[in-house]
Amino acid sequence: MINEATTTGMASSMATLNSKRAKKDVWSWLNVWSIGTVLIAMTLTVPILAVLFIGLTPSDAIWSHLASTVLPLYISTTLQLMVGVGVGTLVIGVATAWLVSTCRFPGKRIFEWALLLPMAMPAYVIAYVYTDILEYAGPAQGLLRDVFGWTTKQEYWFPEIRSLGGAVSMMTLVLYPYVYLLSRAAFMEQSVCMLEASRMLGRGPWRSFFSVALPLARPAIVIGVSLALMETLNDFGTVDFFAVSTFTLGIYDVWLNMNNVAGAAQLAGLLLFFVVFLVLTERFARRKQRFYHTTSQYKALPGYALQGWAKIGAVIGCALPVAFGFALPAMVLGSYAVMHFEAATNTAVFRYAGNSLMLSSLTAVLAVAIGIFMAYGVRLRKERIVSFMARFASLGYAVPGSVLAVGVLVSLGALDNGIDGFMRDKFGISTGLLFSGTIAAVTFGYLVRFLALSFGSIEASLSKITPSMDGAASSLGHKPFSILRHIHIPLIRGSALTAAMLVFVDCMKELPMTMILRPFNFHTLATYVHQFASDEQLGEASLAALAIVGFGILPVIVLSIAITRSRPGHSNEEPVS
Amino acid sequence: MIIGAASALTALAGGATSVQAADVNLYSYRQPFLMKPLLDAFTKKTGTKVNMVYLKKGMLERLKAEGANSPADLVLTSDTGNLHDLVEAGLLQPSQSTILNGNIPAQFRHPKGLWYGLTTRARIIFAHKDRVKPGEVTTYEDLAKPHMKGRVCTRSGKHVYNVSLLSWMIAAKGEAAAEAWARGVKANLARKPQGNDRAQVKAVYQGECDVAIGNTYYMGKMVTNEKSPVQKKWAASVNLIFPNQKGRGTHVNISGAGVTKSAKNKAGAIKLIEFLSGVAAQNIYAEDNFEYPIKTGVKLHSIVAGWGKFKADETFLSKIAQNRRLATRIMDKVRFNN
Repeated sequence: MINEATTTGMASSMATLNSKRAKKDVWSWLNVWSIGTVLIAMTLTVPILAVLFIGLTPSDAIWSHLASTVLPLYISTTLQLMVGVGVGTLVIGVATAWLVSTCRFPGKRIFEWALLLPMAMPAYVIAYVYTDILEYAGPAQGLLRDVFGWTTKQEYWFPEIRSLGGAVSMMTLVLYPYVYLLSRAAFMEQSVCMLEASRMLGRGPWRSFFSVALPLARPAIVIGVSLALMETLNDFGTVDFFAVSTFTLGIYDVWLNMNNVAGAAQLAGLLLFFVVFLVLTERFARRKQRFYHTTSQYKALPGYALQGWAKIGAVIGCALPVAFGFALPAMVLGSYAVMHFEAATNTAVFRYAGNSLMLSSLTAVLAVAIGIFMAYGVRLRKERIVSFMARFASLGYAVPGSVLAVGVLVSLGALDNGIDGFMRDKFGISTGLLFSGTIAAVTFGYLVRFLALSFGSIEASLSKITPSMDGAASSLGHKPFSILRHIHIPLIRGSALTAAMLVFVDCMKELPMTMILRPFNFHTLATYVHQFASDEQLGEASLAALAIVGFGILPVIVLSIAITRSRPGHSNEEPVS
Repeated sequence: MIIGAASALTALAGGATSVQAADVNLYSYRQPFLMKPLLDAFTKKTGTKVNMVYLKKGMLERLKAEGANSPADLVLTSDTGNLHDLVEAGLLQPSQSTILNGNIPAQFRHPKGLWYGLTTRARIIFAHKDRVKPGEVTTYEDLAKPHMKGRVCTRSGKHVYNVSLLSWMIAAKGEAAAEAWARGVKANLARKPQGNDRAQVKAVYQGECDVAIGNTYYMGKMVTNEKSPVQKKWAASVNLIFPNQKGRGTHVNISGAGVTKSAKNKAGAIKLIEFLSGVAAQNIYAEDNFEYPIKTGVKLHSIVAGWGKFKADETFLSKIAQNRRLATRIMDKVRFNN
């Protein structure tokens, strides 16, 4: 009896406990991390939704017009551009990353950071520079004519820089560092033991690369290539200058030349779905693969000493992208700056540089803080809604900058006018525009646009930390924040720095959002350069263009060194040769 | 957190960009380096400060989103097309001024005073001095004739200047004839439309084509370019042809200004337009930018005067602008840019 009663009592109290736990489980995601993640994500999503919303307004039958005229061309040109830049950045980025991470050859230490330099070059600036060099009146063809005695254009063939091929080359040259940066980080995070095991089991260096290192680095490489491709899809300056009819050029045409913002928003929405489709396809293709680093104990890669032709090949292979993506265009800009010294040395340039630096650093810090918060919020609770919201908020990178800026305009305008209306009704005071046309609006726009850079790299890095570490720390009584601080942040420091650098450099180069959202009398280096470059007078702004590159380079170098040091097993000591 | 940090920064940066109620706030399609001498002169004369945002893309959307609270008092554009779009969106308000009506001929302002032209520029033909024989090209229509095959260069057919030219063609000859003309010019292009008007003259100099379509002031800028002296050579390689002198005259367009519906300082905005259409500012436009003054009696730049007098078409620009939508669609239909 007693026994029975006790058992029954125990059973019922256990049932209560269970149901309490079940209840708790339903609501348990409602903690500060998940709610915070969802709230931040929602805020950053508003401009993207605003663009899609604008697309719902009538668009004057633009589709039938476009489909019967220029749309097929936009699509085929864009696909060709994407394939070209995708293959180009993949080959250059992965090959150079592999060389500097696993081999030893002269100049390797310099190439480690020098390979990042082209990243600081805005694509439209190198497009202007190469056009000056390679067009008919430029020095390259001039030299050929002098040497061979040709006098007219018809006597010889020379590749046309203002073409699809030219656009692919320009974008590959400045975008391969995304792939290089992320794949190098991935190669360095790989345990050398895996490669040694592979080699011991009889695989040669090539097969070890293709069957072990490459698959392990695939998530990182994919992020690098997709960042490069999204930049490609968003580019306006280069394709406009080269008259390459891409989808994005079409969006601008419908919006600005045909004055049809709804049609443009619809096209942008289509582009967005295309990007989402690509990302999902890739995720689906590797859905069964999970790789964790099970330890933070690493041995530095000893480096495979290259000999003979391989050594020369490696040096040339690493030198060419730096020479064409950075050194040559920087030299040309430098010579313009000397030629136009008076026009170029305008003291206002320093003020604009200050604005650029301030906005870029502020955004970089905020983007990384938000990126860590959101990535951790997603990791803590595997709630679909949280992870979906976080990913949706990173889509800003896939919307062309100016179009996204319109989304920001519309949402901030609605917020400001809403607050103003409310305050007038209730208190009879007008607050006017609080955020529209302020630096806060520009920063918000940057965050919406570049969150993908920080969230993507931090999430990828977090996903490689085995969940058993969280479990172990949690069973030792650590709370999520303490786990993040003591375990995860030290492990992902390299990726967080990478994220900060990516966001910083992109903000330095950012043009369309700054133009549309900025306050009165406000310039950044990029907007200052643009007003001259758009009138094909780059010379007068060459110093400012160099400043964009110069200020972009400093953090690239500093952070590149910091990243090398932050890697487990890659502390200050040199590998023993 | 974001908003807090950013507003702190706004407050910090506020000192440099503070906007006062007495200021005139300007959204401009025209580059700051062009406008600076003019605005400085206005401030010097009146003591009123002018704040400016250079907004080549998204001006219309920004005005719309900011609504009645928008700080902008005035917009400046480089073509009637842009002004027309702002009018259609209901973002400009009429203003009346006897000074403006005196300074600006009727065909260069909106009938209800929604916008005012400030300078005019002719869209003309630049022809190579040797390769184009006298009389070979005298009209826009000639550019579409078979003897010009592979010899014509121009910027994007969708650029507002070319769209206005085609809109004018529609107004003058009807849709079908205008489309046939666009198709003919497209067939005669030496290369895909690219670059700005200046780049077309460069292409003629380089031998890529024999004739180019362009706005007049680019010529003045090239002839006097001390910073890139090579541009003087480009300019020296071509003759200026003012088309259709025996018929309806050459197509001219304007740069112009309009008072926004949301203007807080309407009086200041009108004062600025009055100043810009007055003698002092018109002289700066003529001297610095080689544009034709809108005000009669203002002296032309000696280089511009050297091109001689020409007959300008007198169709009202407000009427031409109404064909804009049709013109952009025709450009797509004849695949002008591709």
